[in-house]
Amino acid sequence: MPELTYLEAITDGLREEMRHDESVFCLGQDIGNFGGAFKVTEGLAAEFGRDRVWDTPLAESAIVGAAVGAAVEGMRPIAEMQFSDFIACGFDQLVNVAAKMHYRQGLAVPMVMRLPSGGGFSGGPFHSQNPEAWFLQAPGLKVVAPSTPEDAKGLMASAVRDPNPVLYMEHKHLYRRLRGEVADGRYETPLSQVRVAREGSELTVIAYGAMVHTALEATEDLDGAGIEVVDLRTLCPLDTEGILASVRKTSKVVVLHEATRSCGIGAEVCALIAEEAFEDLDGPVVRVTAPDVPIPFSPPLERAVLPQVDQVRDACRELLGY
Amino acid sequence: MATPTARPAQLEPRERDTAAQLTVEDRRELLRYMLLMRATEERALGLYRQGKVPGSHYDGRGQEAVSVGSAFALSPRDRACILHRDLGAHLIRGVTPGRVLAQMMGRVGGVTNGRDGNMHFGDPGLGCVGMVSMLPDMAPVACGLALAFQMRREPRVAMTWFGDGSTANGQWHEAMNVAGVRRLPIVFILENNQYAYSTPNELEFAVDPVERAATYGFAGVKVDGNDVEAVFQAAAEACDRARVGGGPTLIQAETMRMHGHGAHDDMSYVPPELFEHWAARDPIETFEKRLGEEGLETESLHKAVAETLERETEWALACPMPDPATAAEGVFATEDPVLGDGHAPWSRWSGRAATDA
Ligand SMILES: Cc1ncc(C[n+]2csc(CCOP(=O)(O)OP(=O)(O)O)c2C)c(N)n1
Ligand SMILES: [Mg+2]
Repeated sequence: MPELTYLEAITDGLREEMRHDESVFCLGQDIGNFGGAFKVTEGLAAEFGRDRVWDTPLAESAIVGAAVGAAVEGMRPIAEMQFSDFIACGFDQLVNVAAKMHYRQGLAVPMVMRLPSGGGFSGGPFHSQNPEAWFLQAPGLKVVAPSTPEDAKGLMASAVRDPNPVLYMEHKHLYRRLRGEVADGRYETPLSQVRVAREGSELTVIAYGAMVHTALEATEDLDGAGIEVVDLRTLCPLDTEGILASVRKTSKVVVLHEATRSCGIGAEVCALIAEEAFEDLDGPVVRVTAPDVPIPFSPPLERAVLPQVDQVRDACRELLGY
Repeated sequence: MATPTARPAQLEPRERDTAAQLTVEDRRELLRYMLLMRATEERALGLYRQGKVPGSHYDGRGQEAVSVGSAFALSPRDRACILHRDLGAHLIRGVTPGRVLAQMMGRVGGVTNGRDGNMHFGDPGLGCVGMVSMLPDMAPVACGLALAFQMRREPRVAMTWFGDGSTANGQWHEAMNVAGVRRLPIVFILENNQYAYSTPNELEFAVDPVERAATYGFAGVKVDGNDVEAVFQAAAEACDRARVGGGPTLIQAETMRMHGHGAHDDMSYVPPELFEHWAARDPIETFEKRLGEEGLETESLHKAVAETLERETEWALACPMPDPATAAEGVFATEDPVLGDGHAPWSRWSGRAATDA
C-alpha cells in the first residue's frame, strides 16, 4: 500500500470519487488551476476540467446555496471553504436550507462541505477555529473529522455517497505532518462508527481530528497504564454504542478536543456518558479542551490556548489516581 | 484528459424559438389560474379567521398576474423555487388547492405534512424546491439547479421569485453575480410590490434593482406586473434565452401587495391614494375585461373555480392532523433526492415529450 500524507489522501479521495461518478464535482475559491489554498485539489482541474473544478467568486452563501441546488438536482457537489472559519459567511444556507430540507419536504441534499480547520500555525482568530459544534444544533447535518490518511480517504467516499449534507472537518495541522498507508481505489469508512486507535483497559481518552495524535502521544507511556484511545471519526450522529462500550470497559474517561469548551462535542459526549453509563464510572468524566477564548495569533499565546500533550498527561494521571 | 478552459463550457447558442404564442385556450387558462389562486387564498383567509390555520397567514392578493404569468412559461423539466406571494406558480406546477389548504392548516395531506406551514413548501415531485423563510435564500439554490442543467448540457431553466425587500440582502448579490459569471440558465422574477413588510421602496434602495442586471452582465426587463400576458411574454423570452445558453434574466414586475404583509397587518402605513391607484388596476379584472372585449366567455370559469374550491376545501378539512409520534422522523435522508417534473399547461409544451425541454 502506498504511503500518503493526510492531504494527499484527501486529494486521492476526491479524485476517486470524481472518476467513479460524473455527477461529483468540486466548487470553491481558488481550487482550479491554483489547486486550492492548501493544494488539496491540485491536479483535479487538469484531469476533470474547470467545469467540474469550479473556481467560484468569493461568495460563501452562493457556494453553499449552489451546492444545495445542484445536489437536489442529482449532482454530488463537494464544496470547499478556504478555511472552516469562513463557513460563518455561508452558515444560513447550511443550517436553514440544507439541514432542514429533508425534514420539511422529503428532499435529500447529498453534498459535502470541506472545512479546513484547526490551529497550531499562528493562523490567528480567523484561520484557526474548530467550528464543528456549531452544527450539532442544526439537525439534518452530519459531521465527520478524520484523523488518519486512511480515514481521510474513506470518510470522503462515505460523505460523498451519503444522501445528506456532510461537513468534512479536515485538520490543517495534519495535512503534511502525518503520513500513513492508504489503499488504492475506492473504499468507504463507515459513518457513525468510532475507531479504537489504541486498546487499553484502565482509562479511555476520547478525541477526534488532530487531538487523536495528541492523545496517543500523551498516553504512549503513562507510568505503564493501559490507556485506550477512541477516535470518534464521526461527530454527528455520534456512535453512542461505540463510546459507551469503551467507557464500560475502562470506567474512566478523559474527553479531549481542540475546539473551545462550552457546549462543545466533549460536553455532548460527557452528557451521554452521565446519562447512559453513570453506574460504570469510577471517577468524574474529565474534559481537556481549549478554553472559551478566540484562538490568539502569537505562538506563546496560541500554545497556551490549544490543548497540549502535558495537559492530557496530567488529566489522565489525576483520573487514574481515583 | 479534458483541457482546462478559463470559462465553463456553454451550450451552443442556437436560433431562439419563435415569439411566445398564446392560444385562446392558453389565455383562458391564465385567467383560470389567477382566479384559482385568489379563490384558494380567500378560502385560506377564511379558515385562518375560523382559527383553523395556526400561526399567521400570508397571501399574494393583487400579485396573481406575476406568479401565474411567469410560471406559465415553464416546461415540465424546468425547476422552480417559488416564494410566498406566488401561490399561482404552485397551482400551475400541479399542486391542488386542497393540498395548499391542508398545508396551511398543518395537516397530513398538506405539501409538507405539517412539517412546515403557510407558503413554505414546494412539491419535489413537481420539480419544486420549497422556500425557506430567510430571504432570498432560494436565489443561490436556484443557481445550483441551473448549474446542474448547465453542467449536463440540458436545455432546462431554473426560475425563482423574490420581493423588492430581498434585493437588499447580500445573498441576492451573491446569486446575481454567480449567475452572471457562469451565464446560468436562470430566470429571476422580482416582484416589486412596493413594500417589504412596512418598508417602502425609497427606504430599500437608491437605484431601481432592474438596473443592476446590466452590472451583473445580463438582461434586466421591467414589466407591468398586473398584466399577466406581459409577464408571460417576458418570462417566455427569458426562458428561451436561458435554454439556448444566453444566460440569466432579471424580470422586475411592478405590482402592489393589496393585503397586509400577513393577516395580522392592517397596512396602515400605505397611503390611501396609492392603494386606490392599484385597486383600479386589479390584474384579474383588467385581464377578464380584455378577454371579454375580444368576445371570450369567462363566466363559466368563475363557476368551475368555485366548485373546485368547495370540493378541495372539503378534502382538506377531512385530512387528519399529524401523529405527534412522528415528530422526530425524517431528519436524515436514506435515499437520494428525486425531483419530478411539473405540470406545464402552456400549449407549447402539450404533446411534447418531457425530455424536449
Ligand atoms: C433575511 C430575512 N430577514 C427578515 C425576514 C422577515 N421578513 C419576512 S418577509 C419580509 C419582507 C419581505 O419583503 P419583500 O422581499 O419585498 O417580499 P414581499 O413580502 O413584499 O413579497 C421580512 C422583512 C426574512 N424573511 N428574511
Ligand atoms: Mg415587497
